Amino acid sequence: MAEGVSGETKLAVRAATKRYGEFVALEGCSLEVRPETIVSIVGPSGCGKTTLLWAMSGLNPLTSGEVLLDGTPITRPRPEVGLVFQEANLLPWRNLIDNILFPFEIKGQAPDRAWIDHLLERVSLKGFEQSFPNALSGGMQQRAAIVRALALQPSVLLMDEPFGALDAFTREEMNQLVEEIWLETRTTIVFITHSIEEALFLSDQVVVLTPRPGRVLNVHDVPFGRPRTMEIMASKAVFDLTNRIKAEIYGQQIAGRAAAE
Amino acid sequence: MSEDVVGGKVGKGLQSLSTFGAGTSRLEFLAILATAVIVIGGLELVLRWFAVPHYIMPPPSAIVAALVTDFPLILPHLGHTLVVLLSGFAIGAGFGLVLAAVITQFPFAEKIIAPYILILVTTPMLALVPLLILWFGFGYEPRIIAVALATGPMVMINSATGFRRVDANKIALARSYGASTLQIFWKVRAPMALPMILVGLMIGAIFGLLTAVGAEMVGGGFGLGNRLTTYSSMIRMPQFFGVVLILSLLGILIYVIFFLIGKKWASWET
Ligand SMILES: Nc1ncnc2c1ncn2[C@@H]1O[C@H](COP(=O)(O)OP(=O)(O)OP(=O)(O)O)[C@@H](O)[C@H]1O
Ligand SMILES: [Mg+2]
Repeated sequence: MAEGVSGETKLAVRAATKRYGEFVALEGCSLEVRPETIVSIVGPSGCGKTTLLWAMSGLNPLTSGEVLLDGTPITRPRPEVGLVFQEANLLPWRNLIDNILFPFEIKGQAPDRAWIDHLLERVSLKGFEQSFPNALSGGMQQRAAIVRALALQPSVLLMDEPFGALDAFTREEMNQLVEEIWLETRTTIVFITHSIEEALFLSDQVVVLTPRPGRVLNVHDVPFGRPRTMEIMASKAVFDLTNRIKAEIYGQQIAGRAAAE
Repeated sequence: MSEDVVGGKVGKGLQSLSTFGAGTSRLEFLAILATAVIVIGGLELVLRWFAVPHYIMPPPSAIVAALVTDFPLILPHLGHTLVVLLSGFAIGAGFGLVLAAVITQFPFAEKIIAPYILILVTTPMLALVPLLILWFGFGYEPRIIAVALATGPMVMINSATGFRRVDANKIALARSYGASTLQIFWKVRAPMALPMILVGLMIGAIFGLLTAVGAEMVGGGFGLGNRLTTYSSMIRMPQFFGVVLILSLLGILIYVIFFLIGKKWASWET
């Protein structure tokens, strides 16, 4: 309870272990996310990032360990936690606005239309309310998914490689959008990505996971100001940090391969 | 009406009801119309030219004429066939849908029941009609039961395919907002299954029509199927073909209805 009261930790993962049968996906993972920060989780494919995020969302219970939101354990999905999936995950039989209203329908709760309108405006989707997902580009779909997640005004937003399927340009735009939204709402964000550049652009901290089983290898502070300008992103400090994290990830992979042989 | 055009479109339509007929331009439409005129007109000319007797093959004009003059006599039989088809379809489709929705929630039960459904799908229910008549007499009952038995398994097997099409992420989405099992069913599973359900309903209705007519041919007394046997035994071929024409229009009507429903409710599936 102490963290919740002091406001030091928004979200805490304590010794999280997840087994799928014999297979150990996560083992003794611990990390803390301070309120109003963005924390990225990076690591090779299959190291348990989605598993960890779904545990944080309360969708997929841990084998042992716990996830605390404001000091209380998360055992099932909570309204304060929004989730953006690895793909946009819109319901194709609903138009954009009905997709965004879906959470309210499930909860039997009246939507805050003004807030939703504001969000749509923010992500440049005004005028597309009646469009169906198959008529929207990948970037537009993912923006709609972000609006859907933010519509309920969560205090924590979990994002699972949200832009992995987008092209490089759209991806940069989306990163800027996330930064803008964060600057406006100060929602605590946990952001999973394969891209170290993306992680460094967005985060206050970068968590590096090891594969098989997933463990926390290192946590890097990213002490750069916001908004993160081109100059900051092109600086030597960012370059060095990128290389350090890359070395950790690839070092892990090489060690893993050596161990396998 | 050229058979291959209709057949080809139906085949495609089964895969995707919603895209059938999409993008038919005016020119293509005219071409289709012209083909129909040529085929029907050609048939008329050839039959008249060679003076083919009406009892062998009446020309289209004689069929239409017979249909017009005898329509008051045929209409009550159309009514009987519709009663049999609609009630049999409603019962069969109802059972099929509910069974599909329930059974797909329990994979083990599904495995047990699957072979029986397969037998029901592959056995022509027409084969049971003599037995059903023995049990239930010569009224509506055996026919309605036969139609239900023909429709149900078709609806069931296609709907089950639809319900089994679970997208774990979409269900997780609903769960992440605290959706109940019932909400997940109505707001995720059912809409996701709808295109396949519509295909099942359409095939079920067509099979129902076939079975209704067949049962009427066996059962005697009344119904369009019964008219077919009666007219052919009386060698009244124009009337006979008139009834055939009504039956094919019924089939097309079934198709168009489900096409329109699909266009309205399942067009999201490209
Ligand atoms: N339901 C499951 N049953 C069995 N194994 C699973 C299940 N879900 C995930 N796994 C396994 O657990 C490991 C971690 O999976 P997870 O999806 O969390 O990885 P990830 O880091 O998100 O990968 P990616 O970067 O490719 O998205 C993988 O090896 C995967 O095969
Ligand atoms: Mg993943």
